[in-house]
Amino acid sequence: MTGADDTRQPAPPLPATTDRLQAVASGLNVPSEVHEKVLEETPVLEIDRFNLWYGTKQALHGISMPIPHNQVTALVGPSGCGKSTLLRSVNRLNDLVQSVQITGDMRLNGDSIYDPRMDVIDLRKRMGMVFQKPNPFPMSIYENVVYSLRIDGERNRGVLDEVCELSLRGAALWDEVKDRLHDSALGLSGGQQQRLCIARAIAAEPEVLLLDEPCSALDPIATGKVEDLIQELRGRYSVLMVTHNMQQASRASDYTAFMYLGRLIEYGPTSDIFTKPMLKETESYVTGRFG
Amino acid sequence: MSFSRRRRRGVRSPFSNLIAQGEPWVWLTAGSLAVASLMIAGLLVFIAVRGAATFWPRPLVEVCLTGGQCLLGEVTDRERGEEATVGSGQTGGSQLIRTANFELTGEHFRWVDDAAVESTKRPEWATAVERLEGGRFHGYPLRLLRSGETVAEGPAAAWDEYRRIHPEVRRRYARAVWIDRHQRGELQRELRAARLAVASARLEAGAESDLVAAAKAAEQEVIARVAEQSRELDVMTNQLRDANREWSFEFRTVDDQLVTLPLEEMVQAWQPNRLGLFGKLSVYGSRWWEFLSDDPREANSAGGVFPAIWGTVAMTLIMALLVAPFGVLAALYLREYASSGPLTSIVRIAINNLAGVPSIVYGAFGLGFFCYGLGGNIDDIFFRASLVADNQPTFGTGGLLWAALTLALLTLPVVIVATEEALAAVPNSMREGSYACGASKWQTIRRIVLPRALPGIMTGLILAMARGAGEVAPLMLVGVKKLALDLPIDGSFPFIHPEREFMHLAYLIYDVGFQSPNSQAAQPMVFTITFLLVTIIALLNIAAIFIRSRLKRRYVMQQF
Repeated sequence: MTGADDTRQPAPPLPATTDRLQAVASGLNVPSEVHEKVLEETPVLEIDRFNLWYGTKQALHGISMPIPHNQVTALVGPSGCGKSTLLRSVNRLNDLVQSVQITGDMRLNGDSIYDPRMDVIDLRKRMGMVFQKPNPFPMSIYENVVYSLRIDGERNRGVLDEVCELSLRGAALWDEVKDRLHDSALGLSGGQQQRLCIARAIAAEPEVLLLDEPCSALDPIATGKVEDLIQELRGRYSVLMVTHNMQQASRASDYTAFMYLGRLIEYGPTSDIFTKPMLKETESYVTGRFG
Repeated sequence: MSFSRRRRRGVRSPFSNLIAQGEPWVWLTAGSLAVASLMIAGLLVFIAVRGAATFWPRPLVEVCLTGGQCLLGEVTDRERGEEATVGSGQTGGSQLIRTANFELTGEHFRWVDDAAVESTKRPEWATAVERLEGGRFHGYPLRLLRSGETVAEGPAAAWDEYRRIHPEVRRRYARAVWIDRHQRGELQRELRAARLAVASARLEAGAESDLVAAAKAAEQEVIARVAEQSRELDVMTNQLRDANREWSFEFRTVDDQLVTLPLEEMVQAWQPNRLGLFGKLSVYGSRWWEFLSDDPREANSAGGVFPAIWGTVAMTLIMALLVAPFGVLAALYLREYASSGPLTSIVRIAINNLAGVPSIVYGAFGLGFFCYGLGGNIDDIFFRASLVADNQPTFGTGGLLWAALTLALLTLPVVIVATEEALAAVPNSMREGSYACGASKWQTIRRIVLPRALPGIMTGLILAMARGAGEVAPLMLVGVKKLALDLPIDGSFPFIHPEREFMHLAYLIYDVGFQSPNSQAAQPMVFTITFLLVTIIALLNIAAIFIRSRLKRRYVMQQF
C-alpha cells in the first residue's frame, strides 16, 4: 500500500450538481471515488496511475486501484469503457497489439509488471486468464489442462495426472469428463469448454485469475455453473473479472469497480456499490437507468 | 408525396421480379458448374475408356480382298461414308486392320475399303503373338519344335504343349535378364569403383606414389575376381539361354509363309477367337500386369512402364518432402513473425507471381543452378576422379534429386499461399489463450497454430503434388530420360541414388505419342499411360486427403 495512496489525494470537490459522466464525456478529468474498505484489504495487484493509448486514442486514463487478495473483484461499465483493455494490460497481452503505448505501472505482489527487466513469459505464468469465447486448444482435455506445465517441460506423468485432476475438480468439471480425458476438448459443450479453460488457468496456480466476460457466450444454465464456480474460487484465488451483467457482478463478486470511458468512476465493496453507492451516477448505472 | 412512393412494393413487372428473386442467377451459376464438371468428367471418361480398352484381346479377322490377297488382324478403326471414299469413288466405308508381321509385309496397319472385301471370317486358331522385337505377329500355329524336331503337330496339340512349356521358358528368360542386369551391373560398378580409386589416388598423391601402386594392385585384384565371377555368370546365363533356344514354334501366316518363332521371343500369345469372357479377362489381366511390372521394349511403344511409374512416384514424393518444410517455414515467417508493411506485401505479391512463371523457365533455372552449378561443384569436390578419369559427371547432370528440387521450387508458391491462408484461419483467440498460459511465440506456433493449420497445409501440398506429378517441360531438362532402366531407388547400396536419371510417365506420353516410329501402334499406349498417370495422381491425392481428414477430425473445432 505505498504508491496507491499518493494518487488518492482528496479530489477537488466538484459541485454536487455536476454529472460526472457528462464531465468525463466532455473530456474533463474527474477523480475516482474509492471506498475506504477497499484500501483496508491486502492487495495482490496494484494498478498505479495507468494510462494506455491505442495509437493516438487514449483508452485508459490514470487508473489507480488495488485488487484485494483472495477476493473476487468485478469490473463493470458500458461497452468500450476499457474494462477488457485494463484486464489485458495486467498480463501484458496488449503487448501483442502494435501501436499500444502505456504510462504508469502495475505491481503484482510488489513486482513491477511493466519493468523492462520483467520477463513477460514469466509474468504470464503467474496469472491465469479466461476469455470471452471458450478457446480450448485443439488437443485432448488432458493436454489442455496441463498445457502450462507442458510448455515448462514437465514430463512426469504422476505430476501431470495430479495437476489435471486437481484443476478439473477445482473447475467443477472432473465428474463430467473423468472418463474421457483423452478425447478431444473440442467435443465438449460451450459451458464445459469454458470451465475447461478455467481449469487450464488454475492449473498453473496463478497469483491472479483474470476472467474476461467468462459467461457472455454461454446459455443461462452454463452461466449458473460458471458463477457457482467463481463463488467456489473465492478465498483460494484472487479473481479480477470483467462482466456486463449486473446481477452477475452483485452475485459473484466481493468488490465492484465502475468504469466509464477509460476512467475509474467508483470502486468499493459490491454490497455498497449496489445498495448505497457514493455517486448517483453509479447508482443509475447499476440499477439499469443508464448504459 | 408522389404516387410512385405510395405504390405498393410488390407491384412490379414480372421480369424485374424474376431478376430480384435471383432465379436466373441460380440457373446461371448452376449451369456454369454443370458445364465445367461435364467437360472434366468427359475428358476423364474418354481417357479411362480408351486407356482401359488397349489391352482387351480383340478378335482376329481374316479378310480376303477381291485381288485374292488375304489379311489377318484386328480391326482397330472404321471410317464410314463420304470422306473415306472421296478419292476412290467407292461407296461405303473402310476399315483399319492391324496386320502386324512388319518384317514380312513392311507395314503394321492397313486401310481396307469395304467394297474391296470379298469375304470376312474369324478363324478359330488365329493367334496373336507379342514378340520381344519386331512388334506383333499374327498367324496360325502349326507345330512346336524342340531342337528342330517336331514335338507336337497340329494347332491343338502344339498350342497345348506351348501353354505347358512357355511359362518355364519365360522364367528362364527373366532369370537371365536379371543376372545380366543386376549381377553383371554390380560387377561393372565394382570395376568402375576400383578404376576410380586409382584415378583419385593419382589426383591426390601424383602418378608415381605408393598410393597409386596400392590402388592399382587392388584394381588388378578386382579385375581378376570380376573376370572369374562373370565367367560363372556366363555359364549360368548360357545354360538358361541354351535351354530356351531349343524351343521354337512354327506358324503359318495368312499368306502361307512359314515363320518359326523362338519361344523365348514370344512374350505372350493368345487366340482371341477361341476365348470366352473369362479367357479374355485373363489375357487382359496378364497384359495389364506386364504393362505395370515390366520394362519397356521397342522404343517404349511396347512392354511395360514400371521404371516410369517408379520414377514418377519417387520424384513426386521426394518433391513433396522437399517443398513441405520450405513452404511451411517461409509462410510461418511471413504470417507469424514478419511485421506487416510494404516490404511484406511486396514479398507476398512476388510469391504469387512466381506461380505464374512458365514451368520451362524453372527447368532452365534448375539445369543451370542445380545441375551445372550445385551439381558441378559437388562433382568437383567429391567426385573428381569420375570427372577426370571417365569424363563423366555424377551430380553435374540431370538426376532425381535435381528434378525433385526443381519441381519443389515450381510448387513452392502454391504451398506458401495455402499455408499462409491456413495460418490466417487459426483463430486469434487460440494464440491469445496460449500466450496467456505463458507460452512463448514458438511454443504457441508449434503446439497450437501448426496442428490447427495442418489440414490446410495438407491441402496446399495436395495441390502441389498434383501440379508437380503432371509437369513435363522442366523435367526434360533436369533428369528425365527416354529410357533409364536403372531405378533411382533400388536394392543396391546405398539404395537411393539421387544422381540417377529416371523415367517419368508424363514424359513417356510425349515420347510414345509423338516420337515413336510406329505411332499407330503406340497410340493406344498413350491413352493407357495417360490413364495410368491420372490414376496415380488421383491415388496420391486420395492418400493425402485421407490423412487430411484424419487431421481435421483431430484438430479443427466444430461449430457450437
